[in-house]
Amino acid sequence: MFAATDLNASNRRKQGLIKTLFLLMTILLIVPVLIILTVLIVKGGPVISFEFLFSDPKDEMTAGGIFPALIGTVWLVSVALLASVPLGIAAAVYLSEYAPDNWFTRTINLAIINLAGVPSIVHALFGVGAFVLFFKFGTSILAASLTLAVMTLPIVIVATRESLQAVPQAFREACWNMGATRWQTIRRIVLPNSISGILTGVILEVSRTAGETAPIMFTGAAIFLPFLPEGVGDQTMAMSLHLYAMATQVPLPEHAANLPYGVALVLIGMVLAMNAISIGFRMWLRGKKKW
Amino acid sequence: MVDVGSPASVASDVKVAVRDLTIRYGSHVALRDVTLDIRENEIFGIIGPANSGKTSFLRALNRMDTFTTEMAVDGSIEFAGHDINKIKNLYALRKRIGVVFPLPVGLPLSIYDNVALAPRLNGVRKRSELDVIVERCLQRAALWDEVKDRLKSLGSLLSGGQQQRLTIARALSQDPDLLLLDEFSIAVDPVTTMRIEDVLKELKQEVTIVLVTNLVQQARRLADRTAFFLMSECVEIAETEAYFDGRVQDPRSRDYVEGRFG
Amino acid sequence: MSRESTSKLPNLDRRDFAWFVDKGMQVFMFIGGISAIVFIIGIFVFITKEGLPFITDTMNFGEFFTSPRWRPTSENNPTYGALALIVGTASVTGFAMVVAVPFSLGAAIFIAEFATGRTREILKVLVEMLAAIPSVVWGFIGLSIMNPLIIDTFNVPVGLNVLNAGIILGLMAAPIMTTIAEDALKAVPDTYREAAEAMGATRWQIVWRVVLPAARNGLVAAVLLGVGRGFGETMAVLMASGHSINLPGGIFDSVRALTATIAAELGETVQGSDHYRALFTLGILLFIVTFVINLTADLVVRGVRKK
Repeated sequence: MFAATDLNASNRRKQGLIKTLFLLMTILLIVPVLIILTVLIVKGGPVISFEFLFSDPKDEMTAGGIFPALIGTVWLVSVALLASVPLGIAAAVYLSEYAPDNWFTRTINLAIINLAGVPSIVHALFGVGAFVLFFKFGTSILAASLTLAVMTLPIVIVATRESLQAVPQAFREACWNMGATRWQTIRRIVLPNSISGILTGVILEVSRTAGETAPIMFTGAAIFLPFLPEGVGDQTMAMSLHLYAMATQVPLPEHAANLPYGVALVLIGMVLAMNAISIGFRMWLRGKKKW
Repeated sequence: MVDVGSPASVASDVKVAVRDLTIRYGSHVALRDVTLDIRENEIFGIIGPANSGKTSFLRALNRMDTFTTEMAVDGSIEFAGHDINKIKNLYALRKRIGVVFPLPVGLPLSIYDNVALAPRLNGVRKRSELDVIVERCLQRAALWDEVKDRLKSLGSLLSGGQQQRLTIARALSQDPDLLLLDEFSIAVDPVTTMRIEDVLKELKQEVTIVLVTNLVQQARRLADRTAFFLMSECVEIAETEAYFDGRVQDPRSRDYVEGRFG
Repeated sequence: MSRESTSKLPNLDRRDFAWFVDKGMQVFMFIGGISAIVFIIGIFVFITKEGLPFITDTMNFGEFFTSPRWRPTSENNPTYGALALIVGTASVTGFAMVVAVPFSLGAAIFIAEFATGRTREILKVLVEMLAAIPSVVWGFIGLSIMNPLIIDTFNVPVGLNVLNAGIILGLMAAPIMTTIAEDALKAVPDTYREAAEAMGATRWQIVWRVVLPAARNGLVAAVLLGVGRGFGETMAVLMASGHSINLPGGIFDSVRALTATIAAELGETVQGSDHYRALFTLGILLFIVTFVINLTADLVVRGVRKK
């Protein structure tokens, strides 16, 4: 079956070649990202300034800054987190700590997979049908954030469930044996020992939520608003939609052509920074064993 | 003479009355038709080879079946006169029963918090009261001298033997009526084992102890009466000494004690 | 003595505060648990609610699936042929898979079987970073970087086409395929590899003859989920595909995708109009297809576990 009992030189060269080939494929996958980042930094970098970050768009968005969009994204992400984090953690706790292994639990897991797989534009349609129209929230931060919350719920659930399941079963049994209720066990032992894993998942969710465009287009984000949102009932601008608008809707004169690169750079910077924090956090955790 | 643990005779000081207990995991029968009494303030030994149902028996006493989906328990167990299948607040029951399992479990809390956990669950808040409980329990578990200067360090990072004694201290911190010990000495060195055994003899004044052990000699040193489990059945219940002077009824009991199998 | 110790036994039937808190929390966790099911059903119900009147009253199934004429805004004779949109989505997704599947599986094999230690960690982080780039940024890249690049390189009039959107989509779908494929390869027990190694097999022979066949189902699932990702992608396709209704004859033709059509037109429709409901009908189609893809991937993976 395997002919290579003694590796001769040509065989070894073949091995090296194959390995190099696969390395090449991996690199080709990653190189475009580095090129893209470079272009964004070269073209967008000079655009970014204190004024760009902290002032309003001017002259029909051909000049000025991105402040309302930044603030809007913060609003959208915060409200989405308020809704999805408690619900997502509850779902994960249920699946990890309570759920028996039966068809019902499998159905929940399938629903989670599907929730993550439904196209973002379908989430947008759901947001319009459910939050904007049925619950009469109108196009508002509330409707947009809830749409985002439903969409990113699987991220929190999966990350939380994973870190809950990493807590050894023996700890739970030891607590139950002492007469602790399930909830006391979860609160005193399970959650405190998985909180950092949960946090990693939440940061990842922030990064994902901040970049989404389609789900907020029709539910609460607007291309241009002359004022900042004052509550969850208001519409808002958002970084992602702002980039879309700058790139496709606004005719930019020559001198402002690089503005969208600046917006893209800030957006991708926010997202990648969040991601890097999440990854770094995870690695730090791995080195810090508590049992 | 030979005490077969007949139910009615000593009813007044029976702590745990087990009747026709059968335990199944799915289709596998872990224990079949066990009937026995455990008396107030005795050390009740259970000996037998691996997989004879000893640990399952302890889990049933503690109603751990509610946490194990495929574990099914038939028959009745009365604890201090209460049918434990009918108790409405199982957590209150478990608080009265301390358990030490063979694999040591130091919870990922500080050593202090490990021992203070059960009292805290019971509503003890005062630091001074907790201090007293923690010190007493660690003393009794023969761990105090080794850890008294680092009560803040993680209990889950202690050595295996220390974690086992921490587990014992935790069980004692519940101030239990019934103490279930499952091969507690597996991870503990002989000297410490002897110290803990001395503590157990003292504790007998206050609590009833069920001691599952794979060491026949340990049962002989500690247990007043001993049951012999073999292949999911309770073969023998007798005064511990009866196993060693040939008064037991089933020949397999004597064979096991004399080391002919197991 | 015995009396005394019995008397310290509390009332075992009294349900205390902790007991009720425990029950309450259990209910709360259960609500969280079923929320995913509620939302999936909710999504289906709400988009069907808005789309159903179109399906029952206006829609002509033959026209919908065979006509490339999507003219919902025509005053006299609006037509709702979704064929061009379906073909548009299929061509872009198909091209994306042609680009992404070999590279993703290759990267997964390299990371799982050849790379070690630090290299492995770094590559995994980079793949994760790739997955994090928002779709609108990808769309912007297609529009502003790829577009002129394609026009110059291939000397074509328009750079927003199947090629552009396909490459972008391929890069977007690659991380998820790489990650899941790598998990599938890692799930093959080391004993298989050791057994083959003991027989004198080279690293590549082990991968080709032992690891890949054993991980087959997981790899299929990885590709399926990649297809699902590409199929449902909205903003990047909207911005990079040219967004013109067209049955493409080649990779340099512009196309329009199902998702992009909804994103581009929903804002201009009147709520309750045929056009508005037709867009929700496209949403139902998207929902069903992605549901089937995800379900299949799940079943395929479960097939692995059973063995």
